[in-house]
Amino acid sequence: MEILEEGVGELIGWHDPDENRGWVQRNKSRELRDKRMTIGEAVSTFVHDGDFIASGGFGHVRVSMVGVYEIIRQGRQGLTMAGKTAVHDADLLIAAGCVERIEVAYAFGHELRGLSPASRRMVESGQCKVAAEISNAGYQWRFLAAMMGLPFIPSRNLLGSDTLKHSSARVVADPWTGKPICLLPACYPDVALIHVPRCDKYGDAQMDGILIEDFELARAARRVILTTEEIISEERIRSEPWRTVIPYFLVDAVVEAPYGSHPCQMPYRYYFDEEHIRSWLQRSKTVEGAEAFLLEYVHGVEDFAAYLEKVGGSKKLHELKLVEELHPAEGV
Amino acid sequence: METGLDYSPTVLLACIAARLLEDKKSVFVGTGLPMIAAMLAQRTHAPGLLIIFEAGGIGPRIPVLPISVGDSRTFYQANAASSMHDVMSLSQAGYLDYGFLGAAQIDRYGNINTTVIGPYHAPVVRLPGSGGANDLGSFCHRTIVIMRQDQRKFVERVEYVTTPGYLSGPGARERAGLPAGSGPYRVITQLGVYGFDEATRQIELLSLHPGVTLQQVQEASAMDIRSAGDLATSAPPTAEEMAILKEIDPTGLILE
Repeated sequence: MEILEEGVGELIGWHDPDENRGWVQRNKSRELRDKRMTIGEAVSTFVHDGDFIASGGFGHVRVSMVGVYEIIRQGRQGLTMAGKTAVHDADLLIAAGCVERIEVAYAFGHELRGLSPASRRMVESGQCKVAAEISNAGYQWRFLAAMMGLPFIPSRNLLGSDTLKHSSARVVADPWTGKPICLLPACYPDVALIHVPRCDKYGDAQMDGILIEDFELARAARRVILTTEEIISEERIRSEPWRTVIPYFLVDAVVEAPYGSHPCQMPYRYYFDEEHIRSWLQRSKTVEGAEAFLLEYVHGVEDFAAYLEKVGGSKKLHELKLVEELHPAEGV
Repeated sequence: METGLDYSPTVLLACIAARLLEDKKSVFVGTGLPMIAAMLAQRTHAPGLLIIFEAGGIGPRIPVLPISVGDSRTFYQANAASSMHDVMSLSQAGYLDYGFLGAAQIDRYGNINTTVIGPYHAPVVRLPGSGGANDLGSFCHRTIVIMRQDQRKFVERVEYVTTPGYLSGPGARERAGLPAGSGPYRVITQLGVYGFDEATRQIELLSLHPGVTLQQVQEASAMDIRSAGDLATSAPPTAEEMAILKEIDPTGLILE
């Protein structure tokens, strides 16, 4: 097939499908076993320096912040990050110096809240490199190709743009219509951190609300660290099996972490902690401010429970629950 | 038409954007002004407008203004809480009529930059990148851009095409393989409303906002802009529109 155009972006996370099948056969156990562990154990076992990591959720919604904080706490270096609507997660990891390069669909911003001072500073000074560009649909279809065990998937976005020129995609003539079509290469992150409302001790996970792209990401990533608001019984999972979005054999670690998405939102449970996010955006305007913030909320707290106390404890968390449940009069 | 009302520039933009949306059509929206415009349209002339969010929200009854595109308000009492793969596929398959985009820079052919200002490898300002913009700009039948215009933003040629407009002119989108008949439809700024000439696919001024002059438009643009033969004046917000906008954004989060 003749290649009409080829992006110059670095090809991140691609494997020959046969190589990945072999890896899956050797490394992904189908055994139904208890995978509960602490976030410290999960990160030290499955996240290594230089790994390519992806975070589930979308923007500030349903993000495993407990996992992000632990990666920073353990001082991981040289990570490649999937900038798939990466917002608070990426901003903190980049600010902490964990991320060497990032493939960008969306990064360095906080949606309506404005641009990210810390990660912009790192990327504009070359301390964090942009390895390639892509779009939101482009990224999630890269995960789709991976979960299907295909080398690529065709799509009709990116065409004609500089986003394509700086991506790892290629353009060929579609053998049916003859029109140019974009081929998005499969993308297998080394590790995905995904936060869910509930799962059993084996990792069978349910979600409430939109799935975003976590269905595809959980199947594309080689390792999945699942953090969860609560662990429920296997019987409850089996009584409503249609609710299982991620089945156990995709999951490598199960970490119980109530409020594990704070300060991000957890649908039907708690709203964004705008005060905390605003404080980060304000303080991270300087290198010293960002360092002091990370010292205060990550390095300076013993564990996630201590962090939750630090950000306001049960009173604050209750307020965020009320706002999420649309009781603004009682909340903030 | 009501006149003599006090309104902020963003209120006018929200009203103009809302009026462009048709009843019983679908629209892909992001956060901020587009969301307000879509909500206003639903509460005025387009109660059957289907609102879709890229993270998976389909047809919500938005209770209060969402802050994020994936916020639970974007699937509150929705027809479906789905996934990005689903809604992006629907849009690629032709189910999305309108899409809203923002822009740091736009050019004569409606190409949009939201990636970088300055050299790509040594950026003066690194912006967030495509997000879903390239996808919306590729797939939606009609895209509507809402942005502030000035000489740095309204340029002859964008420094970087994050999202394709009409690229280099008539037929260029189709030659690149983009879905036939799609592309930029309107550009709404603080000064006026622009469309794209059918024959040349170049931007043209369709209407000036009340009190704005042609000279102001040229001064806030680094490209020469043709005016449509029957240049109109944008209708100011009505009292009804303003009252509804106050309900949608009571604290002035977006509509300062």
